[in-house]
Amino acid sequence: MRSAREALTASRRAPLLSALGVVTIAFSLFAFGLFGLVAINIRRALEQVEERVEVRAFLSDSADIEQVAAAMKDVGDFPEVLRVDYVSQEKALERARKEMGEFADVFEAGVLPASIEVHLRPGMRSPAVVKSVADRIKTYHFVDDVRYGEEWVEKLYRLRNIATVAGIALGVAFAAVAVIIIGATIRMTVLARAKEISIMRLVGATDMFIRLPFLIDGLVKGVLGGLLALLFVWIANRIVNEYFIQTIFFDRQMIFVGVVGGAMMGVLGSLVSVGRHLQRV
Amino acid sequence: MIRLTEVAKEYPRSGVALAHISFQVKKGEFVFLTGPSGSGKTTILKLLYMDDKPSEGEVWINGVSSRNASGREISRLRRRIGIVFQDFRLLEDRTAEANVRFALEVTGAPKATIRSKVARVLTQVGLSSKATSFPRELSGGEQQRVAIARALVNDPFVLIADEPTGNLDERATRGVFQLLRDINASGTAVIMATHDLDLVRRSNYRTIELNHGRVVFDSAESPASARPFDEPLPAFDTPSGSTEAI
Repeated sequence: MRSAREALTASRRAPLLSALGVVTIAFSLFAFGLFGLVAINIRRALEQVEERVEVRAFLSDSADIEQVAAAMKDVGDFPEVLRVDYVSQEKALERARKEMGEFADVFEAGVLPASIEVHLRPGMRSPAVVKSVADRIKTYHFVDDVRYGEEWVEKLYRLRNIATVAGIALGVAFAAVAVIIIGATIRMTVLARAKEISIMRLVGATDMFIRLPFLIDGLVKGVLGGLLALLFVWIANRIVNEYFIQTIFFDRQMIFVGVVGGAMMGVLGSLVSVGRHLQRV
Repeated sequence: MIRLTEVAKEYPRSGVALAHISFQVKKGEFVFLTGPSGSGKTTILKLLYMDDKPSEGEVWINGVSSRNASGREISRLRRRIGIVFQDFRLLEDRTAEANVRFALEVTGAPKATIRSKVARVLTQVGLSSKATSFPRELSGGEQQRVAIARALVNDPFVLIADEPTGNLDERATRGVFQLLRDINASGTAVIMATHDLDLVRRSNYRTIELNHGRVVFDSAESPASARPFDEPLPAFDTPSGSTEAI
Protein backbone atom coordinates (compact mmCIF):
# COMPACT_ATOMS: atom_id res chain seq x y z
CA MET A 1 0.00 0.00 0.00
CA ARG A 2 2.71 2.44 1.00
CA SER A 3 4.77 1.30 -1.99
CA ALA A 4 1.86 1.95 -4.34
CA ARG A 5 1.38 5.41 -2.85
CA GLU A 6 5.10 6.05 -3.08
CA ALA A 7 5.11 4.98 -6.75
CA LEU A 8 2.15 7.25 -7.48
CA THR A 9 3.73 10.19 -5.67
CA ALA A 10 6.93 9.68 -7.63
CA SER A 11 4.98 9.74 -10.90
CA ARG A 12 3.19 12.90 -9.82
CA ARG A 13 6.48 14.56 -8.95
CA ALA A 14 7.92 13.84 -12.39
CA PRO A 15 4.89 13.55 -14.69
CA LEU A 16 6.86 14.24 -17.87
CA LEU A 17 9.43 11.56 -17.13
CA SER A 18 6.69 9.07 -16.29
CA ALA A 19 4.73 9.86 -19.46
CA LEU A 20 7.93 9.62 -21.48
CA GLY A 21 8.58 6.25 -19.88
CA VAL A 22 5.16 4.92 -20.79
CA VAL A 23 5.39 6.21 -24.37
CA THR A 24 8.90 4.79 -24.83
CA ILE A 25 7.74 1.41 -23.58
CA ALA A 26 4.66 1.69 -25.82
CA PHE A 27 6.74 2.39 -28.92
CA SER A 28 9.22 -0.38 -28.31
CA LEU A 29 6.36 -2.83 -27.72
CA PHE A 30 4.58 -1.37 -30.77
CA ALA A 31 7.56 -2.32 -32.95
CA PHE A 32 7.52 -5.78 -31.41
CA GLY A 33 3.73 -5.97 -31.85
CA LEU A 34 3.88 -4.96 -35.50
CA PHE A 35 6.47 -7.63 -36.09
CA GLY A 36 4.23 -10.12 -34.27
CA LEU A 37 1.30 -9.13 -36.43
CA VAL A 38 3.31 -9.61 -39.63
CA ALA A 39 4.56 -12.96 -38.31
CA ILE A 40 1.10 -14.33 -37.49
CA ASN A 41 -0.23 -13.18 -40.85
CA ILE A 42 2.63 -14.84 -42.74
CA ARG A 43 2.05 -17.98 -40.72
CA ARG A 44 -1.65 -17.87 -41.44
CA ALA A 45 -0.98 -17.44 -45.18
CA LEU A 46 1.44 -20.37 -45.16
CA GLU A 47 -1.09 -22.47 -43.28
CA GLN A 48 -3.70 -21.70 -45.90
CA VAL A 49 -1.33 -22.80 -48.64
CA GLU A 50 -0.43 -25.88 -46.64
CA GLU A 51 -4.05 -26.86 -46.33
CA ARG A 52 -3.91 -27.46 -50.04
CA VAL A 53 -1.24 -30.10 -49.68
CA GLU A 54 -2.98 -33.29 -50.67
CA VAL A 55 -2.21 -36.69 -52.13
CA ARG A 56 -4.26 -37.61 -55.19
CA ALA A 57 -4.49 -41.25 -56.22
CA PHE A 58 -5.79 -41.85 -59.75
CA LEU A 59 -7.80 -45.02 -60.08
CA SER A 60 -7.71 -47.44 -62.97
CA ASP A 61 -10.91 -47.74 -64.98
CA SER A 62 -11.34 -51.30 -63.81
CA ALA A 63 -11.31 -50.36 -60.12
CA ASP A 64 -14.05 -52.03 -58.16
CA ILE A 65 -16.12 -49.46 -56.32
CA GLU A 66 -16.39 -51.61 -53.19
CA GLN A 67 -12.66 -52.19 -53.07
CA VAL A 68 -12.15 -48.45 -53.51
CA ALA A 69 -14.58 -47.74 -50.67
CA ALA A 70 -12.73 -50.20 -48.40
CA ALA A 71 -9.40 -48.65 -49.38
CA MET A 72 -10.75 -45.16 -48.65
CA LYS A 73 -11.74 -46.28 -45.20
CA ASP A 74 -8.29 -47.79 -44.60
CA VAL A 75 -6.54 -44.66 -45.82
CA GLY A 76 -8.89 -42.55 -43.71
CA ASP A 77 -7.64 -44.46 -40.68
CA PHE A 78 -3.98 -43.51 -41.34
CA PRO A 79 -2.89 -41.33 -38.43
CA GLU A 80 -1.63 -38.67 -40.86
CA VAL A 81 -4.88 -38.41 -42.76
CA LEU A 82 -7.53 -35.83 -42.07
CA ARG A 83 -10.09 -36.64 -44.74
CA VAL A 84 -10.47 -38.75 -47.85
CA ASP A 85 -12.72 -37.62 -50.75
CA TYR A 86 -13.79 -39.59 -53.79
CA VAL A 87 -13.70 -37.73 -57.11
CA SER A 88 -15.70 -39.51 -59.75
CA GLN A 89 -14.92 -39.26 -63.47
CA GLU A 90 -17.86 -36.89 -63.94
CA LYS A 91 -16.76 -34.68 -61.13
CA ALA A 92 -13.20 -34.66 -62.44
CA LEU A 93 -14.43 -33.48 -65.83
CA GLU A 94 -16.64 -30.86 -64.28
CA ARG A 95 -13.70 -29.49 -62.30
CA ALA A 96 -11.47 -29.58 -65.35
CA ARG A 97 -14.02 -27.65 -67.34
CA LYS A 98 -14.13 -25.00 -64.71
CA GLU A 99 -10.38 -24.78 -64.28
CA MET A 100 -9.07 -25.32 -67.80
CA GLY A 101 -10.59 -23.90 -70.98
CA GLU A 102 -9.51 -26.76 -73.28
CA PHE A 103 -11.87 -29.20 -71.58
CA ALA A 104 -14.82 -26.91 -72.24
CA ASP A 105 -16.02 -28.88 -75.25
CA VAL A 106 -15.34 -32.35 -73.87
CA PHE A 107 -18.61 -33.63 -72.59
CA GLU A 108 -17.87 -37.27 -72.28
CA ALA A 109 -17.14 -38.62 -68.89
CA GLY A 110 -14.41 -41.22 -68.87
CA VAL A 111 -11.78 -39.01 -70.41
CA LEU A 112 -10.39 -38.24 -67.02
CA PRO A 113 -9.78 -40.94 -64.43
CA ALA A 114 -11.62 -41.10 -61.13
CA SER A 115 -9.45 -40.40 -58.10
CA ILE A 116 -9.38 -40.25 -54.34
CA GLU A 117 -8.14 -37.08 -52.67
CA VAL A 118 -6.32 -37.53 -49.40
CA HIS A 119 -6.13 -34.43 -47.16
CA LEU A 120 -3.52 -34.50 -44.45
CA ARG A 121 -3.71 -33.31 -40.88
CA PRO A 122 -1.97 -30.06 -39.91
CA GLY A 123 1.61 -30.78 -38.90
CA MET A 124 1.62 -33.89 -41.14
CA ARG A 125 2.41 -32.06 -44.32
CA SER A 126 6.19 -32.34 -44.47
CA PRO A 127 7.68 -33.83 -47.67
CA ALA A 128 8.64 -37.05 -45.84
CA VAL A 129 5.17 -37.65 -44.40
CA VAL A 130 3.47 -36.82 -47.70
CA LYS A 131 5.75 -39.22 -49.54
CA SER A 132 5.19 -42.01 -47.02
CA VAL A 133 1.40 -41.66 -47.33
CA ALA A 134 1.71 -41.58 -51.13
CA ASP A 135 3.86 -44.72 -51.11
CA ARG A 136 1.36 -46.62 -48.99
CA ILE A 137 -1.50 -45.59 -51.27
CA LYS A 138 0.49 -46.74 -54.29
CA THR A 139 0.40 -50.31 -53.03
CA TYR A 140 -3.32 -50.69 -53.89
CA HIS A 141 -3.48 -52.53 -57.19
CA PHE A 142 -6.28 -50.38 -58.57
CA VAL A 143 -4.27 -47.21 -58.09
CA ASP A 144 -2.67 -46.20 -61.36
CA ASP A 145 -0.75 -43.21 -60.26
CA VAL A 146 -0.22 -41.04 -57.17
CA ARG A 147 0.53 -37.33 -57.41
CA TYR A 148 1.30 -34.93 -54.64
CA GLY A 149 3.34 -32.11 -56.21
CA GLU A 150 6.61 -33.34 -54.77
CA GLU A 151 8.69 -30.28 -55.67
CA TRP A 152 6.01 -27.89 -54.61
CA VAL A 153 5.63 -29.51 -51.21
CA GLU A 154 9.36 -29.36 -50.65
CA LYS A 155 9.56 -25.71 -51.62
CA LEU A 156 6.66 -24.84 -49.37
CA TYR A 157 8.24 -26.72 -46.53
CA ARG A 158 11.55 -24.93 -47.00
CA LEU A 159 9.79 -21.58 -47.11
CA ARG A 160 7.98 -22.42 -43.91
CA ASN A 161 11.24 -23.36 -42.19
CA ILE A 162 12.92 -20.16 -43.34
CA ALA A 163 9.93 -18.13 -42.15
CA THR A 164 10.01 -19.88 -38.76
CA VAL A 165 13.75 -19.36 -38.21
CA ALA A 166 13.63 -15.76 -39.47
CA GLY A 167 10.58 -15.16 -37.30
CA ILE A 168 12.26 -16.46 -34.17
CA ALA A 169 15.49 -14.56 -34.86
CA LEU A 170 13.70 -11.29 -35.60
CA GLY A 171 11.31 -11.83 -32.70
CA VAL A 172 14.19 -12.32 -30.28
CA ALA A 173 15.96 -9.26 -31.70
CA PHE A 174 12.83 -7.09 -31.41
CA ALA A 175 12.15 -8.38 -27.90
CA ALA A 176 15.76 -7.70 -26.90
CA VAL A 177 15.54 -4.15 -28.23
CA ALA A 178 12.27 -3.67 -26.34
CA VAL A 179 13.83 -4.99 -23.11
CA ILE A 180 16.89 -2.74 -23.51
CA ILE A 181 14.79 0.34 -24.19
CA ILE A 182 12.44 -0.40 -21.31
CA GLY A 183 15.43 -1.05 -19.04
CA ALA A 184 16.98 2.27 -20.06
CA THR A 185 13.68 4.09 -19.49
CA ILE A 186 13.34 2.70 -16.01
CA ARG A 187 17.00 3.41 -15.34
CA MET A 188 16.23 7.08 -16.01
CA THR A 189 13.56 6.96 -13.32
CA VAL A 190 15.98 5.32 -10.93
CA LEU A 191 18.71 7.87 -11.67
CA ALA A 192 16.24 10.74 -11.29
CA ARG A 193 15.60 9.45 -7.78
CA ALA A 194 19.18 8.43 -6.99
CA LYS A 195 19.48 10.96 -4.19
CA GLU A 196 16.26 9.80 -2.62
CA ILE A 197 17.44 6.19 -2.83
CA SER A 198 20.77 7.01 -1.19
CA ILE A 199 19.01 8.85 1.64
CA MET A 200 16.58 5.98 2.09
CA ARG A 201 19.52 3.64 2.51
CA LEU A 202 21.23 5.95 4.98
CA VAL A 203 18.19 6.14 7.22
CA GLY A 204 17.86 2.38 7.24
CA ALA A 205 15.33 1.45 4.58
CA THR A 206 15.67 -2.18 3.53
CA ASP A 207 16.45 -2.94 -0.09
CA MET A 208 13.00 -4.46 -0.53
CA PHE A 209 11.40 -1.32 0.82
CA ILE A 210 13.34 0.74 -1.73
CA ARG A 211 12.68 -1.66 -4.57
CA LEU A 212 8.96 -2.14 -4.17
CA PRO A 213 7.77 1.30 -5.35
CA PHE A 214 10.00 0.94 -8.41
CA LEU A 215 8.60 -2.50 -9.15
CA ILE A 216 5.07 -1.15 -8.93
CA ASP A 217 6.10 1.80 -11.09
CA GLY A 218 7.60 -0.60 -13.65
CA LEU A 219 4.52 -2.81 -13.55
CA VAL A 220 2.14 0.09 -14.11
CA LYS A 221 4.29 1.56 -16.88
CA GLY A 222 4.62 -1.86 -18.49
CA VAL A 223 0.86 -2.44 -18.48
CA LEU A 224 0.05 1.08 -19.69
CA GLY A 225 2.79 0.89 -22.34
CA GLY A 226 1.53 -2.53 -23.38
CA LEU A 227 -2.06 -1.30 -23.74
CA LEU A 228 -0.94 1.77 -25.65
CA ALA A 229 1.18 -0.41 -27.95
CA LEU A 230 -1.82 -2.66 -28.47
CA LEU A 231 -3.90 0.33 -29.48
CA PHE A 232 -1.21 1.46 -31.94
CA VAL A 233 -0.97 -2.02 -33.46
CA TRP A 234 -4.75 -2.23 -33.71
CA ILE A 235 -4.90 1.12 -35.52
CA ALA A 236 -2.09 0.02 -37.86
CA ASN A 237 -3.94 -3.22 -38.54
CA ARG A 238 -7.15 -1.33 -39.30
CA ILE A 239 -5.35 0.93 -41.75
CA VAL A 240 -3.72 -2.02 -43.53
CA ASN A 241 -7.10 -3.79 -43.70
CA GLU A 242 -8.82 -0.72 -45.01
CA TYR A 243 -6.36 0.22 -47.72
CA PHE A 244 -4.14 -2.76 -48.50
CA ILE A 245 -4.77 -6.39 -47.67
CA GLN A 246 -6.98 -8.47 -45.41
CA THR A 247 -5.08 -9.39 -42.28
CA ILE A 248 -5.87 -11.13 -39.06
CA PHE A 249 -5.38 -9.51 -35.63
CA PHE A 250 -4.12 -11.08 -32.41
CA ASP A 251 -6.61 -13.26 -30.63
CA ARG A 252 -7.53 -12.67 -26.98
CA GLN A 253 -4.93 -15.05 -25.68
CA MET A 254 -2.15 -13.30 -27.59
CA ILE A 255 -3.36 -9.89 -26.37
CA PHE A 256 -3.30 -11.16 -22.80
CA VAL A 257 0.19 -12.61 -23.25
CA GLY A 258 1.34 -9.34 -24.84
CA VAL A 259 0.10 -7.12 -22.03
CA VAL A 260 1.36 -9.49 -19.34
CA GLY A 261 4.66 -9.59 -21.25
CA GLY A 262 4.80 -5.77 -21.15
CA ALA A 263 4.13 -5.80 -17.42
CA MET A 264 6.81 -8.45 -16.86
CA MET A 265 9.30 -6.40 -18.86
CA GLY A 266 8.47 -3.40 -16.73
CA VAL A 267 8.96 -5.35 -13.51
CA LEU A 268 12.12 -7.05 -14.73
CA GLY A 269 13.54 -3.79 -16.04
CA SER A 270 12.89 -2.16 -12.66
CA LEU A 271 14.33 -5.09 -10.77
CA VAL A 272 17.54 -5.01 -12.79
CA SER A 273 17.88 -1.21 -12.80
CA VAL A 274 17.25 -0.76 -9.08
CA GLY A 275 19.29 -3.84 -8.24
CA ARG A 276 22.29 -2.53 -10.14
CA HIS A 277 21.86 0.87 -8.60
CA LEU A 278 21.62 -0.53 -5.08
CA GLN A 279 24.74 -2.59 -5.63
CA ARG A 280 26.66 0.45 -6.72
CA VAL A 281 25.73 2.96 -4.02
CA MET B 1 29.95 0.23 21.59
CA ILE B 2 32.11 1.00 18.54
CA ARG B 3 35.35 -0.82 17.96
CA LEU B 4 37.71 -0.85 15.00
CA THR B 5 40.33 -3.58 15.07
CA GLU B 6 43.25 -3.46 12.65
CA VAL B 7 41.00 -2.01 10.01
CA ALA B 8 42.50 -1.49 6.57
CA LYS B 9 40.76 -0.28 3.47
CA GLU B 10 42.14 -0.37 -0.01
CA TYR B 11 40.39 0.80 -3.16
CA PRO B 12 41.28 -0.80 -6.47
CA ARG B 13 42.03 2.50 -8.19
CA SER B 14 43.01 4.97 -5.50
CA GLY B 15 45.02 2.57 -3.34
CA VAL B 16 45.29 2.49 0.45
CA ALA B 17 42.69 4.63 2.24
CA LEU B 18 43.19 3.21 5.72
CA ALA B 19 46.13 1.26 7.08
CA HIS B 20 45.53 -0.91 10.15
CA ILE B 21 43.57 1.42 12.34
CA SER B 22 42.30 0.45 15.78
CA PHE B 23 40.28 2.52 18.23
CA GLN B 24 37.15 2.37 20.33
CA VAL B 25 34.40 4.86 20.99
CA LYS B 26 32.53 4.60 24.26
CA LYS B 27 28.89 5.16 24.83
CA GLY B 28 28.01 8.86 24.87
CA GLU B 29 31.50 9.96 23.85
CA PHE B 30 32.20 12.95 21.56
CA VAL B 31 35.05 12.29 19.12
CA PHE B 32 36.57 14.53 16.51
CA LEU B 33 38.18 12.96 13.47
CA THR B 34 40.63 15.41 11.98
CA GLY B 35 43.26 15.36 9.30
CA PRO B 36 43.88 16.70 5.81
CA SER B 37 41.70 15.82 2.82
CA GLY B 38 42.22 12.24 1.77
CA SER B 39 43.50 11.20 5.18
CA GLY B 40 40.71 8.65 5.60
CA LYS B 41 38.11 10.46 7.74
CA THR B 42 35.21 9.85 5.41
CA THR B 43 36.31 6.27 4.82
CA ILE B 44 36.17 5.57 8.56
CA LEU B 45 32.70 7.08 8.79
CA LYS B 46 31.52 5.01 5.82
CA LEU B 47 32.83 1.88 7.50
CA LEU B 48 30.97 2.86 10.66
CA TYR B 49 27.61 3.07 8.96
CA MET B 50 28.58 0.08 6.86
CA ASP B 51 28.31 1.76 3.52
CA ASP B 52 31.56 -0.02 2.81
CA LYS B 53 33.39 -2.99 4.25
CA PRO B 54 36.99 -3.02 5.41
CA SER B 55 39.50 -4.88 3.25
CA GLU B 56 41.07 -6.22 6.44
CA GLY B 57 40.24 -6.13 10.13
CA GLU B 58 36.83 -5.72 11.70
CA VAL B 59 34.41 -2.95 12.57
CA TRP B 60 32.06 -3.63 15.50
CA ILE B 61 29.21 -1.29 16.04
CA ASN B 62 26.37 -1.89 18.46
CA GLY B 63 26.86 -5.65 18.30
CA VAL B 64 27.02 -5.83 14.51
CA SER B 65 30.25 -6.98 12.89
CA SER B 66 31.40 -5.85 9.46
CA ARG B 67 32.48 -9.43 8.81
CA ASN B 68 29.07 -11.00 8.69
CA ALA B 69 26.42 -8.28 8.76
CA SER B 70 23.48 -9.07 6.49
CA GLY B 71 21.72 -6.40 4.44
CA ARG B 72 18.81 -6.45 6.85
CA GLU B 73 21.08 -6.10 9.88
CA ILE B 74 22.79 -3.14 8.24
CA SER B 75 19.42 -1.50 7.57
CA ARG B 76 18.39 -2.03 11.19
CA LEU B 77 21.73 -0.70 12.42
CA ARG B 78 21.38 2.47 10.36
CA ARG B 79 18.05 3.18 12.00
CA ARG B 80 20.02 3.54 15.22
CA ILE B 81 22.74 5.71 13.69
CA GLY B 82 22.18 9.33 12.75
CA ILE B 83 24.20 10.47 9.74
CA VAL B 84 24.85 14.08 8.76
CA PHE B 85 26.82 15.33 5.76
CA GLN B 86 28.47 18.53 4.67
CA ASP B 87 26.03 18.89 1.76
CA PHE B 88 22.94 18.24 3.96
CA ARG B 89 21.44 15.72 1.49
CA LEU B 90 17.90 16.93 1.85
CA LEU B 91 15.19 16.18 -0.69
CA GLU B 92 14.60 19.51 -2.40
CA ASP B 93 11.01 18.77 -3.32
CA ARG B 94 9.89 18.15 0.25
CA THR B 95 9.38 20.44 3.19
CA ALA B 96 11.63 20.36 6.25
CA GLU B 97 8.99 18.37 8.10
CA ALA B 98 8.58 15.88 5.20
CA ASN B 99 12.34 15.42 5.03
CA VAL B 100 12.44 14.47 8.69
CA ARG B 101 9.31 12.33 8.43
CA PHE B 102 10.89 10.43 5.56
CA ALA B 103 13.43 8.84 7.90
CA LEU B 104 10.64 7.44 10.07
CA GLU B 105 8.43 6.39 7.20
CA VAL B 106 11.06 4.11 5.74
CA THR B 107 11.23 2.27 9.04
CA GLY B 108 7.48 1.63 8.89
CA ALA B 109 6.75 3.58 12.09
CA PRO B 110 3.07 4.21 12.91
CA LYS B 111 1.60 7.54 11.79
CA ALA B 112 0.84 8.93 15.24
CA THR B 113 4.40 8.21 16.41
CA ILE B 114 5.78 9.85 13.30
CA ARG B 115 3.82 13.06 13.88
CA SER B 116 4.86 13.49 17.49
CA LYS B 117 8.50 12.52 16.95
CA VAL B 118 8.91 14.85 13.98
CA ALA B 119 7.44 17.75 15.94
CA ARG B 120 9.72 16.97 18.87
CA VAL B 121 12.98 16.89 16.90
CA LEU B 122 12.11 19.99 14.87
CA THR B 123 11.64 21.80 18.17
CA GLN B 124 14.88 20.31 19.46
CA VAL B 125 16.84 21.77 16.53
CA GLY B 126 14.98 25.08 16.81
CA LEU B 127 13.08 24.84 13.54
CA SER B 128 9.49 24.22 14.59
CA SER B 129 8.46 27.49 12.94
CA LYS B 130 9.99 26.45 9.61
CA ALA B 131 8.48 22.98 9.37
CA THR B 132 6.66 23.79 6.14
CA SER B 133 9.60 25.49 4.43
CA PHE B 134 11.37 23.85 1.54
CA PRO B 135 15.15 23.47 1.69
CA ARG B 136 15.66 26.26 -0.88
CA GLU B 137 13.84 28.63 1.47
CA LEU B 138 16.20 27.86 4.34
CA SER B 139 19.71 29.12 5.11
CA GLY B 140 22.63 26.69 5.10
CA GLY B 141 22.59 26.48 8.87
CA GLU B 142 18.88 25.80 8.89
CA GLN B 143 19.21 23.12 6.25
CA GLN B 144 21.87 21.41 8.32
CA ARG B 145 19.55 21.57 11.32
CA VAL B 146 16.87 19.82 9.28
CA ALA B 147 19.45 17.16 8.38
CA ILE B 148 20.33 16.82 12.07
CA ALA B 149 16.66 16.55 12.97
CA ARG B 150 16.33 13.77 10.39
CA ALA B 151 19.35 12.05 11.94
CA LEU B 152 17.88 12.37 15.44
CA VAL B 153 14.34 11.30 14.75
CA ASN B 154 15.09 7.60 15.17
CA ASP B 155 16.74 8.18 18.59
CA PRO B 156 20.22 7.14 17.49
CA PHE B 157 22.87 5.95 19.92
CA VAL B 158 25.50 7.64 17.80
CA LEU B 159 25.48 10.61 15.45
CA ILE B 160 28.01 10.43 12.64
CA ALA B 161 28.74 13.80 11.10
CA ASP B 162 30.98 14.21 8.07
CA GLU B 163 32.16 17.84 7.94
CA PRO B 164 28.76 19.08 9.12
CA THR B 165 29.96 22.68 9.25
CA GLY B 166 32.03 22.55 6.07
CA ASN B 167 29.51 24.57 4.06
CA LEU B 168 28.51 26.99 6.78
CA ASP B 169 29.65 30.45 7.78
CA GLU B 170 31.12 31.00 11.21
CA ARG B 171 27.88 31.94 12.89
CA ALA B 172 25.99 28.96 11.49
CA THR B 173 28.96 26.74 12.35
CA ARG B 174 28.75 27.76 15.99
CA GLY B 175 25.04 27.13 16.09
CA VAL B 176 25.27 23.69 14.51
CA PHE B 177 28.23 22.73 16.67
CA GLN B 178 26.39 23.78 19.80
CA LEU B 179 23.45 21.67 18.70
CA LEU B 180 25.75 18.67 18.33
CA ARG B 181 27.11 19.33 21.81
CA ASP B 182 23.61 19.48 23.22
CA ILE B 183 22.76 16.21 21.52
CA ASN B 184 25.90 14.67 23.00
CA ALA B 185 25.03 16.06 26.43
CA SER B 186 21.75 14.18 26.28
CA GLY B 187 23.65 10.89 25.92
CA THR B 188 24.11 10.34 22.19
CA ALA B 189 27.66 9.66 21.07
CA VAL B 190 28.91 12.00 18.34
CA ILE B 191 31.67 11.23 15.86
CA MET B 192 32.45 14.29 13.83
CA ALA B 193 34.92 14.56 10.99
CA THR B 194 36.11 18.10 10.54
CA HIS B 195 38.72 20.34 9.02
CA ASP B 196 37.88 23.11 11.42
CA LEU B 197 40.72 23.08 13.92
CA ASP B 198 39.21 26.06 15.70
CA LEU B 199 36.26 23.96 16.73
CA VAL B 200 38.57 21.22 17.90
CA ARG B 201 40.79 23.55 19.89
CA ARG B 202 37.95 25.34 21.57
CA SER B 203 36.48 22.16 23.00
CA ASN B 204 37.99 19.45 25.09
CA TYR B 205 36.61 16.51 23.26
CA ARG B 206 38.64 13.50 22.27
CA THR B 207 40.44 14.03 18.97
CA ILE B 208 41.73 11.39 16.59
CA GLU B 209 43.97 12.81 13.90
CA LEU B 210 44.53 10.90 10.69
CA ASN B 211 47.14 11.24 8.01
CA HIS B 212 47.59 9.01 4.99
CA GLY B 213 45.14 6.53 6.42
CA ARG B 214 46.88 6.17 9.76
CA VAL B 215 46.05 7.44 13.22
CA VAL B 216 48.81 9.91 14.03
CA PHE B 217 47.28 11.20 17.22
CA ASP B 218 44.57 10.13 19.63
CA SER B 219 44.02 12.42 22.59
CA ALA B 220 42.60 9.51 24.58
CA GLU B 221 45.99 7.83 24.47
CA SER B 222 48.37 10.78 24.58
CA PRO B 223 48.79 13.37 27.30
CA ALA B 224 47.09 16.64 26.58
CA SER B 225 50.42 18.40 26.10
CA ALA B 226 51.13 16.23 23.10
CA ARG B 227 48.20 17.59 21.14
CA PRO B 228 49.49 18.67 17.77
CA PHE B 229 47.87 22.06 18.06
CA ASP B 230 49.09 25.41 19.17
CA GLU B 231 48.05 27.02 22.39
CA PRO B 232 44.59 25.82 23.40
CA LEU B 233 42.02 28.54 22.80
CA PRO B 234 39.34 29.44 25.30
CA ALA B 235 36.65 26.80 25.61
CA PHE B 236 33.84 27.18 23.14
CA ASP B 237 30.97 27.32 25.54
CA THR B 238 32.26 30.28 27.53
CA PRO B 239 30.11 33.41 27.13
CA SER B 240 30.33 33.84 23.40
CA GLY B 241 26.66 33.66 22.49
CA SER B 242 27.23 30.28 20.93
CA THR B 243 23.98 28.80 22.11
CA GLU B 244 21.83 31.08 20.04
CA ALA B 245 19.98 29.47 17.19
CA ILE B 246 21.02 30.28 13.67
